[in-house]
Amino acid sequence: MIGGLFIYNHKGEVLISRVYRDDIGRNAVDAFRVNVIHARQQVRSPVTNIARTSFFHVKRSNIWLAAVTKQNVNAAMVFEFLYKMCDVMTAYFGKISEENIKNNFVLIYELLDEILDFGYPQNSETGALKTFITQTGIKSQSKEEQSQITSQVTGQIGWRREGIKYRRNELFLDVLESVNLLMSPQGQVLSAHVSGRVVMKSYLSGMPECKFGMNDKIVIDKQGKGGGATGQSIAIDDCTFHQCVRLSKFDAERSISFIPPDGECELMRYRTTKDIILPFRVIPLVREVGRTKLEVKVVIKSNFKPSLLAQKIEVRIPTPLNTSGVQVICMKGKAKYKASENAIVWKIKRMAGMKESQISAEIELLPTNDKKKWARPPISMNFEVPFAPSGLKVRYLKVFEPKLNYSDHDVIKWVRYIGRSGIYETRC
Amino acid sequence: MPAVSKGDGMRGLAVFISDIRNCKSKEAEIKRINKELANIRSKFKGDKALDGYSKKKYVCKLLFIFLLGHDIDFGHMEAVNLLSSNKYTEKQIGYLFISVLVNSNSELIRLINNAIKNDLSSRNPTFMCLALHCIANVGSREMAEAFAGEIPRILVAGDTMDSVKQSAALCLLRLYKASPDLVLMGEWTSRVVHLLNDQHMGVVTAAISLITCLSSKNPDEFKTCVSLAVSRLSRIVSSASTDLQDYTYYFVPAPWLSCKLLRLLQCYPPPEDGAVKGRLVECLETILNKAQEPPKSKKVQHSNAKNAILFEAISLIIHYDSEPNLLVRACNQLGQFLQHRETNLRYLALESMCTLASSEFSHEAVKTHIETVINALKTERDVSVRQRAADLLYAMCDRSNAKQIVAEMLSYLETADYSIREEMVLKVAILAEKYAVDYSWYVDTILNLIRIAGDYVSEEVWYRVIQIVINRDDVQGYAAKTVFEALQAPACHENMVKVGGYILGEFGNLIAGDPRSSPLVQFNLLHSKFHLCSVPTRALLLSAYIKFINLFPETKATIQEVLRSDSQIRNSDVELQQRAVEYLKLSSIASTDVLATVLEEMPPFPERESSILAKLKKKKGPGAVSVELEDGKERGELNGGGDRGGDAAIAASNASTPSPSADLLGLRSAAPVSGATPSAGSLLVDVFSEAGPAATSAGVNDDGFLSALHAPEASDSPLVEGPGDSDSAPPTAASEDPAPPLPESDELLNKFVCKNNGVLFENQLLQIGIKSEYRQNLGRMYLFYGNKTSVQFVSFNTTVSCPGELQSQLNVQTKTVEPLVEGGAQVQQVINIECLTDFIDAPLLNIKFRYGGALQNISLKLPVTINKFFQPTEMAAADFFQRWKQLSQPQQEAQKIFKASHGMDTEVLKAKLLGLGTALLENVDPNPENYVCAGVIQTKAQQVGCLLRLEPNAQAQPGEQMYRLTLRSSKDTVSQRVCDLLAEQF
Repeated sequence: MIGGLFIYNHKGEVLISRVYRDDIGRNAVDAFRVNVIHARQQVRSPVTNIARTSFFHVKRSNIWLAAVTKQNVNAAMVFEFLYKMCDVMTAYFGKISEENIKNNFVLIYELLDEILDFGYPQNSETGALKTFITQTGIKSQSKEEQSQITSQVTGQIGWRREGIKYRRNELFLDVLESVNLLMSPQGQVLSAHVSGRVVMKSYLSGMPECKFGMNDKIVIDKQGKGGGATGQSIAIDDCTFHQCVRLSKFDAERSISFIPPDGECELMRYRTTKDIILPFRVIPLVREVGRTKLEVKVVIKSNFKPSLLAQKIEVRIPTPLNTSGVQVICMKGKAKYKASENAIVWKIKRMAGMKESQISAEIELLPTNDKKKWARPPISMNFEVPFAPSGLKVRYLKVFEPKLNYSDHDVIKWVRYIGRSGIYETRC
Repeated sequence: MPAVSKGDGMRGLAVFISDIRNCKSKEAEIKRINKELANIRSKFKGDKALDGYSKKKYVCKLLFIFLLGHDIDFGHMEAVNLLSSNKYTEKQIGYLFISVLVNSNSELIRLINNAIKNDLSSRNPTFMCLALHCIANVGSREMAEAFAGEIPRILVAGDTMDSVKQSAALCLLRLYKASPDLVLMGEWTSRVVHLLNDQHMGVVTAAISLITCLSSKNPDEFKTCVSLAVSRLSRIVSSASTDLQDYTYYFVPAPWLSCKLLRLLQCYPPPEDGAVKGRLVECLETILNKAQEPPKSKKVQHSNAKNAILFEAISLIIHYDSEPNLLVRACNQLGQFLQHRETNLRYLALESMCTLASSEFSHEAVKTHIETVINALKTERDVSVRQRAADLLYAMCDRSNAKQIVAEMLSYLETADYSIREEMVLKVAILAEKYAVDYSWYVDTILNLIRIAGDYVSEEVWYRVIQIVINRDDVQGYAAKTVFEALQAPACHENMVKVGGYILGEFGNLIAGDPRSSPLVQFNLLHSKFHLCSVPTRALLLSAYIKFINLFPETKATIQEVLRSDSQIRNSDVELQQRAVEYLKLSSIASTDVLATVLEEMPPFPERESSILAKLKKKKGPGAVSVELEDGKERGELNGGGDRGGDAAIAASNASTPSPSADLLGLRSAAPVSGATPSAGSLLVDVFSEAGPAATSAGVNDDGFLSALHAPEASDSPLVEGPGDSDSAPPTAASEDPAPPLPESDELLNKFVCKNNGVLFENQLLQIGIKSEYRQNLGRMYLFYGNKTSVQFVSFNTTVSCPGELQSQLNVQTKTVEPLVEGGAQVQQVINIECLTDFIDAPLLNIKFRYGGALQNISLKLPVTINKFFQPTEMAAADFFQRWKQLSQPQQEAQKIFKASHGMDTEVLKAKLLGLGTALLENVDPNPENYVCAGVIQTKAQQVGCLLRLEPNAQAQPGEQMYRLTLRSSKDTVSQRVCDLLAEQF
């Protein structure tokens, strides 16, 4: 189990240190700073083993969160916990920065006491935590309220308290996907996958029973039996659910039913690798003119419905290390050579589907005495599109509240799809 | 030279550096650097001409980026351009960049060399210095090729500035160290040496480093520097602290220069010129005197500088090792430091004293500090100091203080640091062995050692104990008793069990008379440890058990029961299983006679350099074992004591020998042969071959004991290398006739009266080992000729001749040997001997061979004496006296009264009498002090019965002890001859 948890700033100074088990000493704090934060190498493994002690870290902007253990723990669990903790902290005080952490350190210790007990992760549901860890000072609670908290925290549905009432029963559903791609210069897909999550924000009264349906291939095949909708079903490689989802039911019937926590929660996470809609195609053209010049031409094509608009498009074209000057011409957007990153960055604000755009650059090189050839790193791309590249569709989300008198039809539901680029690269 | 103004300090560089320092993260730093690199690249693009200042600035930035750990692959050309600038700062940055960044195989090296050449010939001293520094910093072969000829010229030129001379000297030193073959001093030598007379102290200091390095390589060429160095030293030493101004450091005149001068002098032997030597001694005395003066300053720098000179002076005194007066003074000085409160000083004092202890002049002086050193060993807080103290104790140990030192080291061992324990154990073991006056003390010490620090007692140590116990008859009983007592401790170390198993297996009978240590008690004691031991020890114990069966037939049933148990006979370890099975069969099948033959007592081990010493040497490297100087003489006393194990021929050698580290019992698994010589046979094989067919003992299962019984293969018994016995210089007589027997061959002969195996002869070239066995009137002798050189012997030829009437008395047949003996190889020759009738003389062995063209001709007497054909006869007291009276004719008796030349040790005497071949009859003579023996000499013609009586007067003072030896036999010549032979033995 987790033996201790440390938060460092960018210099390696400890901001928060909480030790849960005796086997972790103060020297572990220094060991991580010396061996990881101040390490010379650029790429650091998320898991580091120093003197039989394992350090798991995540980095948020300039802040390092490190979980330490001497035991052989489930690394995935530790990372899940660390991410969860980031979420919790963000929910409490916004952006995770040195300033914010220093201002909220009492709160953070309070949270750490609650979400980890002797190194075992406990309830880390933001909504539930907010009921008893507040930032607004101590509100004297009546005996009744206190016992309610106890029964809720220890009860069957620990993530939702009873007696929630909303005038308007509303529900927001976001399908957030990131698409990852590696493509050869000839346009052959070398690897591609989408990792997505369904985030739900619910403002529902009482203890509503919800049922979520999507175009999962298995479900569609079972129901449809040759129905016309099969073309749009998707094959999900693997998925995980929020703790509120009844897994037994999912295993038996593949139906996703649950009582949602109040407020925001991540309902499910999934990954697909088949039939991915690649929103953009990058066609590079690199020509070396002698030893001192390089001509680069890059065409991007958008590959989705013309009615949709992609946003925040950014193409990053790496330049050789001995670049001494760059001239760029582009049809659309803005392009600039960023010497500090050794790349030409081309930004386009908006782009509709089924369009194409082009950039050409002339790169001057300085002759060097090093015979090493330029490694030609891939061209990478960032964007945001208003659809799910995996093809996932929300078919329904039904809400039943047997005790209160509102029905499925009275709930206002919103669904939004956002596809973002993950690592979206094309070799050149 | 343009002044370096403050405004010249490149602002852009300062901004860049402060940007980097302000970066919050590594990533930000990399971004900033990338940006700067791009900027510099755009500036260095071919089409723009840069002024010197910006070029310098950008090169500086590149250098800074490089030093931060990033690769720089451009800008070299710009840096080289800077070299041709006339501004000092630009040139300096250019050289700096090149020294740091340009690797030796760069293409630019030619351009750089050109620029350096220009600067060297520029006559501007600062530019010359810059160029020289660059050469020294790069120091590559190309640089050496280009400038090795030029720099000495600059160094000795009359018009060169002092600062340039300094740089040139140091630069040359660096090039010499990097590629000595390219720097040829030849013609410059004398002029370089004369730099020692230079006015400028800096030049002298720089030059002396160069001269020290050069003269250590070819001392002869630089011999003249000694007198110059001495005069320079005396000038410095005698100068007042204010004389040298800049070169006075905290009131000490030129400490660095003094140290270097003293170190230079250490490259040479003491000066032969009396005047120079006198002056030097005067200097050294002055230095020693100054150490006594009260310090001129309380600052640590003052005392450091003073002590640095003092220690150099002391090591010079030690190096010369010829001035007893100075050595003793140095020792006293160091003695003061031993109690100094500075730990470093104490350390250095101990270290220097260690070397002093080995000098004959100061050994006694060092010994006076023994209490202090022992105290240091006990109380020092720093382990390295304690280590030095232990070293010093080891070095100062001799016969007079051995007991004290060994006792102290033993008591310290209980609390010693783990890191030095093993070494301490080795040292204790060596000291105990070397200075053992009586061997019971030695055995006690080693057993104590095993008890205190068993884990650190290496194999070699306990092998050694056993070797010594086996070779020394006088200590065997005591050893058995002590080991028996030690084993009674509830928890004893495995090494103790090993020693115990071995010794009780061999000599358990010596203490079996005591009911408290009856055979069964001994066996039960050993067997109680059996289950706690590792496999090799168990194997050893099994061998001990089978030996018990031989020693004490009454234990046979018990032991067979143990061997038969499933845990032995079905042991999963194949070695143990095999031993159990074979021993069980051996004990049940073989008759007592066979058993007695197979399991006979181990023969003495051949003497050689203590394996422990070899191990210590290996551990510490050469030089650490400084007491070795005395090894030769000590060893002679120790082992050459005339006992049957002692072998004076080898004893005198103390050079490195293959250490007999193989397992004594021949466990196949453990045979780390650490010898360097290819002929380093393992001790195991040695044991077999030396034992001959008689005693195969414990190693039975190694090759199957039957084969071992019959064919003692020619094993390569390790040759002892090194300076041979000085008496036996190689005879260089070039005549083809057999040389007359060596003068000492009679003496050699006497050595072999009571033993059958050993080294017959040894000189620098050749070693002859001998192994013989006799049955009735027949004998077989194996001669091993070992070539100790690396060159082959040609036309190697040996002949055995029987001079005079011996021809009719002895029938000797030899097989010819190969005429070629390769370097380091050994050849074997078998000689069959038949005794026809009794004889007096010994056959002659003549060896002729060519070694490197020179004919070697050696004649020896073969150790074949009449007593070899003795057959022991057991008889009761009545029988004996009856026969004694029968042989009462005067000519049948031979009697001799002679002085004892060795101690009257019962065990030794017994062993010798047994070695003679007769049976030793116990409880026959009414006086228990006396010895009586009986035997029959077997010849082809007749059998001669022989009775012997030896009467010592043990009560007399040592030195006046006498023996009376009486022999009676049926043949008068036999009585006389045996009496003569035997009289030499006691």
